[in-house]
Amino acid sequence: MQIKPVLVALKKHRLATLLIALEIALACAVLCNAVFMIASRLSAMQLVSGVDESSLGFIQLGGFDPKSAHDLNARVVAGLGAIPGVQAVRVINSVPFGPAAGAFGVTLDQAGKQFRGVPELYLGAPGTPEALGLKLVAGRMPGAEDYQTVLEGYLPANSNVLVTRVFAEHLWPGEDALGKTFWTGRNQFRVIGVVAQLSVQQYDEEGERGAQWTVFVPVQPGPQLAGTYLVRADPRELDRVMVDARTALAKIAPDAVVDHQQSDTLPALRTRFFQADRALTGMLVGVIVSLLGVTALGIVGLASFWVAQRRKQIGIRRAIGATRGDILRYFQTENFLIVTFGIALGMLLAFVLNALLMKFYELPHLPLYYLPLGAIALWVLGQLAVLGPALRAARVPPVVATRTA
Amino acid sequence: MFGYYLDLALRSLKRNRVLTVLMVLAIAVGIGASMTTLTVMHLLSGDPLPGRSAHLFYAQVDADPTPHGGDHREPSDKLDYRSAVDLWSAHRADRQTLIVDSQLKATAPKANMPALMLTMLATTTDFFPMFAVPFQYGGAWTAQDDAQRARVAVISADLNDKLFGGENSVGRTLRLRDSDVRIVGVLKPWRPAPQFYTVAGGRFANGDTAGYFGKPEDVFVPFQSALEINQGAFQQFNCWAAPATPGHLENAPCNWVGLWVELDSAAKTAAYRGFLDNYAQQQKALGRFNYTGTRLRDLMGWLDFNRAIPRDVKLQTWLAFAFLGICLFNTVGLLLAKFLRRAGEFGVRRALGASRRAVFAQCLTEAALIGFIGGVGGWLLSLLGLWLVRRQPTPYADLAHLDGGMFLITFVLAVVVSVLAGSLPALRASRVPPALQLKIL
Repeated sequence: MQIKPVLVALKKHRLATLLIALEIALACAVLCNAVFMIASRLSAMQLVSGVDESSLGFIQLGGFDPKSAHDLNARVVAGLGAIPGVQAVRVINSVPFGPAAGAFGVTLDQAGKQFRGVPELYLGAPGTPEALGLKLVAGRMPGAEDYQTVLEGYLPANSNVLVTRVFAEHLWPGEDALGKTFWTGRNQFRVIGVVAQLSVQQYDEEGERGAQWTVFVPVQPGPQLAGTYLVRADPRELDRVMVDARTALAKIAPDAVVDHQQSDTLPALRTRFFQADRALTGMLVGVIVSLLGVTALGIVGLASFWVAQRRKQIGIRRAIGATRGDILRYFQTENFLIVTFGIALGMLLAFVLNALLMKFYELPHLPLYYLPLGAIALWVLGQLAVLGPALRAARVPPVVATRTA
Repeated sequence: MFGYYLDLALRSLKRNRVLTVLMVLAIAVGIGASMTTLTVMHLLSGDPLPGRSAHLFYAQVDADPTPHGGDHREPSDKLDYRSAVDLWSAHRADRQTLIVDSQLKATAPKANMPALMLTMLATTTDFFPMFAVPFQYGGAWTAQDDAQRARVAVISADLNDKLFGGENSVGRTLRLRDSDVRIVGVLKPWRPAPQFYTVAGGRFANGDTAGYFGKPEDVFVPFQSALEINQGAFQQFNCWAAPATPGHLENAPCNWVGLWVELDSAAKTAAYRGFLDNYAQQQKALGRFNYTGTRLRDLMGWLDFNRAIPRDVKLQTWLAFAFLGICLFNTVGLLLAKFLRRAGEFGVRRALGASRRAVFAQCLTEAALIGFIGGVGGWLLSLLGLWLVRRQPTPYADLAHLDGGMFLITFVLAVVVSVLAGSLPALRASRVPPALQLKIL
């Protein structure tokens, strides 16, 4: 196939060629960035919580008198524990995908000079790490003596805590975290165990906080920790157990109001947490589909027009020996050239668009491999779109050459 | 002449239906997508109090003694209790009001309903006239009620419907936690977007500001009364040291109170700025402040500072317009194809005496007609789009409706886009040399 005659023909239709190429360039830029955004949202949705999500539920109560916190905790733990199928009920401040309840800035020294970011703290009653299903990778789980009664504020003055592997590495890169200490204000933490994973409550991929920046602080429930409970049950029974629990609470704790929004199974909380991401992903997919559709329609429209316009030339070519395949390939080559031109422009445009998005939306750099992927998608789209008109062109009989107009 | 061109355009559109449908579809989809996102943008970026917002200001001082932020230090988004009460009780502005949000349990003794968790706004009497809050029954409490810590409340229309079936409930009693309050006013449905008076912390939200577009509180209670009623249940905006008792913030080293002031002239605004600066200097001299930075942003300035429009919404708008751009290129290409195919027809018209301008006008009329039909399709698609937005679980979902202005803009945008798309092909068509075309015929 010779390219030169195709190029000469295209030169005669510079404006139309340029328009289609620009359309493809814009499509290429939007396509690459949209796919990239979908991919980053999807990977954010893969967040590993580090707990046995399918076995866990969360209950949040409000409106009770803080003075009756001890009594409420005792009633709820006993009352929910009596529901058939419940394996454990623990007082906990929040769960992954639950309400934000414990961001504390930490420092490596008591004077507060070596600031190391704002992790999220999980506070839980005895047995909570086991009920969550945390996986220990070093050290030990908190023992009975580690669960202290809090006298002032939210936290004990000195506590023996669990940290995640990622957060330990963040605090002390390359060192063994066990036995090391860190501070939040006047409260000291000493690491007794490292867990594989435990994600924060409300993860924001663009915040400074890492997804696994968490600390588990063992405490005894009391006025500072009341009204929020972790329920563990067999995954097959979890949904029923949570429905039963919410009904039972009316009797167990008539003085409190169940927060129905937050009281749910962890899978349900997870689904809700990522709802906005899912909605945006859906919209982006919609944009991509309509984008490719409109671009294809544009190619079909213009190619059909060119086929109709060149009927006579095609007839002449066929009459002097060109095969149907030659005609077909002519239009395919023409389309390939236009799309390639568009893609070349589009790659530049994709980077400009990505730079803009990075500036305004703190999006990361567009990885280079998105560009060839976008190019291939548009080449395929172009070839598919032009196939119909090109086949029609190939069917033009040679006899047309002998007719006028 | 226009009628004739319209007739020609209709004939031409009928002649090649597939191409017409393609063009109309492209414009409709582009307009539908961009109008959906533009409507949402328009709703979320609007002025919540047109005409009044320029006179409303949010006051900030810097009570946090810890060094952070360096040269870019900003005062906290909220005030500590003492500064807030000092500034409020000075009454240096035309009107001033304090704002604190909290959650509490409420029951209506007579209504047979289980207890509800409600949001309560602790505020002062000026809140209602300052923010032009509409009343259905009764009215605001008095300045005396503020001073005497009266147990009174104003409730939202929603809560009134829920507890009292929408009747006039003024004079009835509501139990907020352990205190009985007398209802003195019931609001009309009131839905400022965003809920501007509680907006804060936008610069830490990473663009996730959909929460600003939630519904106003259910109960409004005089500031000091509310602090007593819901003792121990208040949330700080930030603390520079741990509060002794969580939830009790009056004497805690925490920022948690908002202060809005109304200043009716530029001179008063300047005077109030001076007053804030003086206050900060004086507190520094007393050893209570380390930093004397103050801010007094007007309402729209405060929303801008908090980047109140959710980032996802802006992103969608950008995407939609990029998409409209693609549709535009597409239409230009198709119109070009269409007009040049009719070069013979234009040649004849030119040979019979039509001017270039006449051919150009004829082509543009056809483009505008396509735009108009595309606009109808785009309008239908944007209704569909907004319906989809309303089904999203975002706090602003219920706001997404097409108003009259946006309805008009839909058609204007569609026609403008298509005329723009049509002008280049029309120019080409009008330049067709008549003689050459006639020869070919």
